[in-house]
Amino acid sequence: MLDLQGYGPRLLEGAGVTIQLALLSLALALVLGLVTASAKMSRNRLVHATATVYTTLIRGVPDLVLMMLLFFGGQMGVNVISDMLYDNFGIDYYISFNAFAAGVLTIGFIFGAYMGETFRGAFMAVDNGQIEAGRAYGMNNWLLFRRIRFPQMMRHALPGLSNNWMVLLKTTALVSVIGLTDMVRVAAEASRATHEPFVFLLPVAAAYLVIASVSEWIFARLQKRYNIGFGGH
Amino acid sequence: MAATPIPLEVRNIKKRFGETEVLKGLSLKAHKGDVITLIGASGSGKSTFLRCMNLLEQPDEGDLLLHGEEIRFKQTRYGREPADWKQVVRMRAKLSMVFQSFNLWAHMTLLENIIEAPVHVLGQPKKEAIEHARALLERVGLTARADAYPAQMSGGQQQRGAIARALAMNPEVMLFDEPTSALDPELVGDVLKVMRDLADEGRTMVVVTHEMGFARDVSSQVIYLHQGLVEEAGHPKEVLNNPQSPRLKQFLAPKY
Repeated sequence: MLDLQGYGPRLLEGAGVTIQLALLSLALALVLGLVTASAKMSRNRLVHATATVYTTLIRGVPDLVLMMLLFFGGQMGVNVISDMLYDNFGIDYYISFNAFAAGVLTIGFIFGAYMGETFRGAFMAVDNGQIEAGRAYGMNNWLLFRRIRFPQMMRHALPGLSNNWMVLLKTTALVSVIGLTDMVRVAAEASRATHEPFVFLLPVAAAYLVIASVSEWIFARLQKRYNIGFGGH
Repeated sequence: MAATPIPLEVRNIKKRFGETEVLKGLSLKAHKGDVITLIGASGSGKSTFLRCMNLLEQPDEGDLLLHGEEIRFKQTRYGREPADWKQVVRMRAKLSMVFQSFNLWAHMTLLENIIEAPVHVLGQPKKEAIEHARALLERVGLTARADAYPAQMSGGQQQRGAIARALAMNPEVMLFDEPTSALDPELVGDVLKVMRDLADEGRTMVVVTHEMGFARDVSSQVIYLHQGLVEEAGHPKEVLNNPQSPRLKQFLAPKY
């Protein structure tokens, strides 16, 4: 029988951190992705250029570097602000930059760029006649988005979203470098302390696999739902 | 006599695509009950003209009036655009369009297609919209297909469904953009029959078509376009039976 030598509860806690981190980052990435896709399809040059800089920057710099930049840079920024508050207004208010928030922000920002590309391709794959029909029947842009473009786009976006999500899930393991105790960090500590790496790392690998399998199932359901009316599959 | 406002009037519409001027000043008045057919060779601008009427294309010049209400335009750096999109949305809700490629929304059943705009654009109660939709489906002979998705229907069924969707808006004017051009020949008849019935009940319609039989029998006015200009216009009996311009004569001549 697997003996976790008392690390069981901490591993579970770590798994909780991993899942929360992944889900919150996903939510941020989806929102940023939709905004980025819209910006990239905008005819306003400044908006378009901003989105292009964002995706180019994010996709060109390693995730680990971005994460450390945001975490340490974020802490410095917070320090500068609290120093200024103290010097100028005598307000003694110190905030430490939260590692969890930094993790969510970084991962969300990174994957927002990838999601943006996925969404943009998916929006462009929607037949223009479907959109024209919406306009011709008096839909404003928001109604058109909600009732026609979004539901028809999702069919094209889901395979890419699913892929991004799987990579995002595994990217959460990087947060241990900024001091967050996710399940990978607990397992690494336990392995070092007990010299039995497999006892701790194999369950962690299995946990990732379980989350991934559940996700696959959910994505398959979504794919089926958004394929309604398009035949096949 | 007080002048009743004209449902749809367009004046001096001009439109360029890049260097090419495709519409060179076109006007049209659709009085209540008029059936106006636009004919002409491909490239004559007839579809573009129709698409300017509900602003799917933005005319570079010209006026657009619905019941005497003029659509306001402004110049932007992207060209001439409506000044108030809310006005455009309101106006489009009174003009239903039937497309060449049907454009029923693929992710909705036929019934959902028909109630979509009445419920979400006009704010009709859903129950009422469904009742109306069922009556319209019966009228176009598609009662049995209410829960089918467009991909499961034939082209003729889709187009009749699209006409039901158009009617569900209680439109003031119906715009038809080559409604039978994408159909197999044996399916054209059913769609034309529905359109004839609509004309008979006094619907105001503007129809871009290649169906000369329909133009001759049903329309109150025929407009023949050539290279973005009206070449000949008038009652179908005169225009189609006794064409004056050599181009129209050639256009109407039997091809084989």
